[in-house]
Amino acid sequence: MSTQGYANPNSAGNNYSMNSSQNGGGAAATAAPAAPAAPCQNGPGQTYPAMYPASSYYSSALPAAYPTVAGHNAPPAGKTPVSSTGYSGNYYQNSSGPSPCPAPPRTHQYSTSNAPVQSFQQTAPYAMPAGYYRQTYSHPSQGQPQPQPQQLQPSLVPASSGNNLNAPLYPIVSYPSAPGSSQYGTLRSSQTAAEQLPVSTGMPLTQSSLQQYSQGIGTTPTPAHLGYGAPPLSQTATVNGQSNAVQQHYNQNLHNPMSHHYAAAPPISQSPDKERPPSGTPGTSVHSSPRHHPGGDSSSTTTGSASPVPNSYESVEGGGYSDLAAPPTSVPAKQAPPFGYNYPTMHPAYQQNPAPRPDSSPSHGGYNPPGYQPYSQPFPSLSELSSALGGLGGVSELEAETLRPVNLLQERNILPPKHAPPPEPNLSNDLRKVNCSPDTFRCTLTNIPQTQALLNKARLPLGLLLHPFRDLTQLPVITSNTIVRCRSCRTYINPFVSFLDQRRWKCNLCYRVNDVPDEFMYNPVTRSYGEPHKRPEVQNSTVEFIASSDYMLRPPQPAVYLFVLDVSHNAVESGYLNVFCQSLLDNLEKLPGDTRTRIGFVTFDSTVHFYNLQEGLSQPQMLLVSDIDDVFIPTHDNLLVNLKESKELVKDLLNALPGMFTHTRETQSALGPALQAAYKLMCPTGGRVSVFQTQLPTLGAGLLQSREDPNLRSSTKNVQHLGPATDFYKKLALDCSGQQIGVDLFLLSSQYSDLASLACVSKYSAGSVFYYPSFHHVHNTAQSQKFQKDLQRYLTRKIGFEAVMRIRCTKGLSIHTFHGNFFVRSTDLLSLANVNPDSGFAVQMSIEESLADTSLACFQAALLYTSSKGKRRIRVHTLCLPVVSQLSEVFAGADIQAITCLLANMAIDRSISSSLSDARDALVNAVVDCLTAYRANGSNIQPSGLITPAALRLFPLYVLALLKQKALRTGTSTRLDERVFSMCELKSQPLLQIMRMAHPDLYRIDNMTEQAALHLNDSVIPQPPLLQLTAEKLTREGAFLMDCGSVMFLWVGKCCNETFIRDVLGYPNYASLPSNMTEIPELQTMYSERTRAFISWLLESRTFHPAFHVIKDDTSAKTSFFQHLVEDRTESAFSYYEFLLHIQQQMSK
Amino acid sequence: MRLFQSRDLQLSQQSSVWIIPHERKMAFTFAAFCYMLALLLTAALIFFAIWHIIAFDELKTDYKNPIDQCNTLNPLVLPEYLIHVFFCVMFLCATEWLTLGLNMPLLAYHIWRYMSRPVMSGPGLYDPTTIMNADILAYCQKEGWCKLAFYLLSFFYYLYGMIYVLVSS
Repeated sequence: MSTQGYANPNSAGNNYSMNSSQNGGGAAATAAPAAPAAPCQNGPGQTYPAMYPASSYYSSALPAAYPTVAGHNAPPAGKTPVSSTGYSGNYYQNSSGPSPCPAPPRTHQYSTSNAPVQSFQQTAPYAMPAGYYRQTYSHPSQGQPQPQPQQLQPSLVPASSGNNLNAPLYPIVSYPSAPGSSQYGTLRSSQTAAEQLPVSTGMPLTQSSLQQYSQGIGTTPTPAHLGYGAPPLSQTATVNGQSNAVQQHYNQNLHNPMSHHYAAAPPISQSPDKERPPSGTPGTSVHSSPRHHPGGDSSSTTTGSASPVPNSYESVEGGGYSDLAAPPTSVPAKQAPPFGYNYPTMHPAYQQNPAPRPDSSPSHGGYNPPGYQPYSQPFPSLSELSSALGGLGGVSELEAETLRPVNLLQERNILPPKHAPPPEPNLSNDLRKVNCSPDTFRCTLTNIPQTQALLNKARLPLGLLLHPFRDLTQLPVITSNTIVRCRSCRTYINPFVSFLDQRRWKCNLCYRVNDVPDEFMYNPVTRSYGEPHKRPEVQNSTVEFIASSDYMLRPPQPAVYLFVLDVSHNAVESGYLNVFCQSLLDNLEKLPGDTRTRIGFVTFDSTVHFYNLQEGLSQPQMLLVSDIDDVFIPTHDNLLVNLKESKELVKDLLNALPGMFTHTRETQSALGPALQAAYKLMCPTGGRVSVFQTQLPTLGAGLLQSREDPNLRSSTKNVQHLGPATDFYKKLALDCSGQQIGVDLFLLSSQYSDLASLACVSKYSAGSVFYYPSFHHVHNTAQSQKFQKDLQRYLTRKIGFEAVMRIRCTKGLSIHTFHGNFFVRSTDLLSLANVNPDSGFAVQMSIEESLADTSLACFQAALLYTSSKGKRRIRVHTLCLPVVSQLSEVFAGADIQAITCLLANMAIDRSISSSLSDARDALVNAVVDCLTAYRANGSNIQPSGLITPAALRLFPLYVLALLKQKALRTGTSTRLDERVFSMCELKSQPLLQIMRMAHPDLYRIDNMTEQAALHLNDSVIPQPPLLQLTAEKLTREGAFLMDCGSVMFLWVGKCCNETFIRDVLGYPNYASLPSNMTEIPELQTMYSERTRAFISWLLESRTFHPAFHVIKDDTSAKTSFFQHLVEDRTESAFSYYEFLLHIQQQMSK
Repeated sequence: MRLFQSRDLQLSQQSSVWIIPHERKMAFTFAAFCYMLALLLTAALIFFAIWHIIAFDELKTDYKNPIDQCNTLNPLVLPEYLIHVFFCVMFLCATEWLTLGLNMPLLAYHIWRYMSRPVMSGPGLYDPTTIMNADILAYCQKEGWCKLAFYLLSFFYYLYGMIYVLVSS
């Protein structure tokens, strides 16, 4: 039906013009075409304005009204005239301006509306709302819990009013002559009618004028266009929640104009709306906020509102589908070359030309690192050009580049001077634009092999790396009555489904054909009807839904935090209590949550202490339970208290806590019983338990013995005791997971504490593990500072409760193994008691059936969680990748960073289930097998040398780096706890963090210049090139910064430039540098500012601040720096070149 | 179906067992008793194996909670092993070397399997945190089918052995 409307752009345009110009006129027009239907519509329409239930409108009214509409989207349009107020128009412009609406065919429509629109923009009041929008939008960007329910509702309001707005977009066939049209308008909500006036002001209300408009529009589309494009407001599309405030703005602004108008144009609006107060005054009342809100609510339920993504829409829509019949997915994967497009998320710097590459092998003179070439073209126009050229060779060129054989033994400088962006899947431009961000969702092979046999041939692991709950700056949030999902596989609708026609869509995972529900036909962003493929769900691969009660097993839980603190002598000695209490005091207000937030404390040494924080008590009451063999909860009330109500008591307790145990002589630690108590305490609600432990648990259930033999720390033989000593903690974690309790472990210990056993409590309850070896508040300030900063982030970061994550993939692919902290509840379902924005997951995949009959493979991760505000939400990420049948293509699409991370995860599993040496062998074999496979595949390769495809040239280097990781190294003295912690990190960190850990970034920063610097805002950020991790690159004259993710080293050479030491470090010369500097002073010199700008730029995207160490060349601390130089030889490990020779030798066997 | 058939067989054979000795005056030796016992116990083991297969199939296809599934499976592991050990010992006492020899590999496998089980406080083999790993799941399923085949074959072998012992003595 709607398609017809599309086919008739002209008619539509006409209608539109009429509508926009005048409500009355527009309405009349619509009535004419559907003369018989008109009366019917009137009836419902009248009732509706009063009730204003959007839902009923759609469901019930539609059947009658739409058919009458005569297949164009007319009905809404017809209604619009009446209801559409200036407000609506205005609103529409703001929000939808950027949005796809300006599709080519409809352009003339705009022209008609042009006049009113412009007038609107000019009005001062409107400008304000725009600003408002932007500001409000920033909320979501911070990754904070989404606006509260009420706020969301308002956002919906626009949607409902949007119906009216439809008119401008999809003009109904409006015949000015038909007077009945006004009745049509009745269908519209009454509020809008009032607001029409502003629009009408711009335009004469008379029918004749309308006709003129329509004609004029049809003939001169261009002016309209300009007007349309002009509004800057459009870019600030509304975000969920915030619109509320905006709306009020609108109301206020509109107030006056509306009333005026009413006087002028009463006949039109009044006649249709009987329910409405007939006089102009009603208009004002309508706008009053109370009325607005109810309206908003109802509309939300019915239509489903989406908060548009601000800017992205523009870009997404850029291509504009001229025809509905061509859904995005239908485009063959190879049509558009992955060439010359702009990589959206990269810093501008990445678009700069590839850094000059030292050319070791003359034969490859023209070589640029593959990653760069595509990005080197500075102008987007080029990308358009290339896309216009279609698939002419772009693909093959890129492929040839990534496949170019590299002889690793000859090419020394393989490390790119800048961070290489992840390889881009070889998809059409349309698909690539909407594909999931590689920071969130990455696959080890960007070209999925067709069959398991092909995958086996390539000898590369297939898997996904996920960072699903990442803090996002832009996230479309959708409130909808029905969340559209495939009926057989329950996949959420996503940008990669294909629309067979307006009413049906085909699931991209299971290929089932589903119906498009009625309310999905309405697009809340453009406020238009009949464009299901332009809904935000279908335009964004990362969206968030507000889930209905269907997605709850119980009412959403409140945010509940329980802190379990070790207060034994050892703990008090280390001084962590002070730091913790102070941090919590500082951040008490910022704990994510709402008015229901609850908090509690448990401390333990050889006994377990509870704290009664009941409101009204004069001071916190300590309850001591000494029966640790069968620990019980002394009182069931008031141990977990409402934070708001008992805030004073909580503060008192936090202030008193550090002093309470200063003279304790208790050295025992009953961690197990304390955890059991915590479990019992939290059972009824679920929530987060934060455990602070400083020594080996020595009492009660879960006691542990020291298993580490210090003499074996540097053994090259097998490392024992990587697994847990008891399953107590694992069972407890499973119990916790079942009750939606997540346990986070902070281990601050200077001695062996058997992290391998303790970490289980977090591993299986989806918690996180933090480890601060040899923590002491005085003797180890760097550690103390890091603890403080980590706590700050930990306490304030977003949190999701009672979460589950399901990963679905195209039929034929199946999930093999999950890596990370969670409990696997089913083959594709992870149970996450808590989910935090800093944890990553890895998934190994296998191909069970041939994918030969499809060209695209899709993966969808859906994370269902309860936000700290008690809202049930679903975050959905969808990744789409091409399927290939050639081995060379599989190699070409290899994402070496993702492969490295997945291999690291697999190696750690292996080292725990089998042995460390097995795991190390497996890693080396992974490289050997892969390179052997490549050699066997390529025929044109000279037999000598170690040949890799360019896409995999860093593979041996990264694997060598992994082998030298704390987790996997042998021969170097490594404490067992540190090794285990490193393993935990590798398993639970997101990809970028793992890569920094495994292969740190090294920069020379004493001679940074402005050349090639980044200019962000008004600061200049120098971009020194990445250096290879070898002592060869260090000089005594320089200062080098090494960024290892969780720690940063600044190594200062003996003969370092004195101006650098003076200007940046604030000391007169090298000799006067203290050996334990842990920060860079803020000096007002250019050097210092530049250095700090660079470092803070490095830290920008990071959530946890790394510890910072300034290391002098002559101190003993420099070993911690030099151990990260992975290309160098150590007494027990290969240098990079030796490693290559070793691989070559293995290959020739 | 197969099960029922085998059961029928068993019954009919048993009846014949009781009839034959009277008619032909065959001695009811200890070895025969062992075979009879093994026959019955193997039938029980077959049920164990089938239960095992079904449980893992449910785990893979159905959305059964691995914790529950492990809780139901783990208590069954030791009884199964003990039953097998028990009639192996019986065969040892009856000096049925061939039969014992045929059972040795499975006995050794059971011992190895239980020795290399994950760290657990209770009896059993299966750890809910690793059971969903595709490799382990596939391994357990395969193990179930292999055992089922082995038990079925040994069932018929014991039947044969029993008759043979009865006839030859």
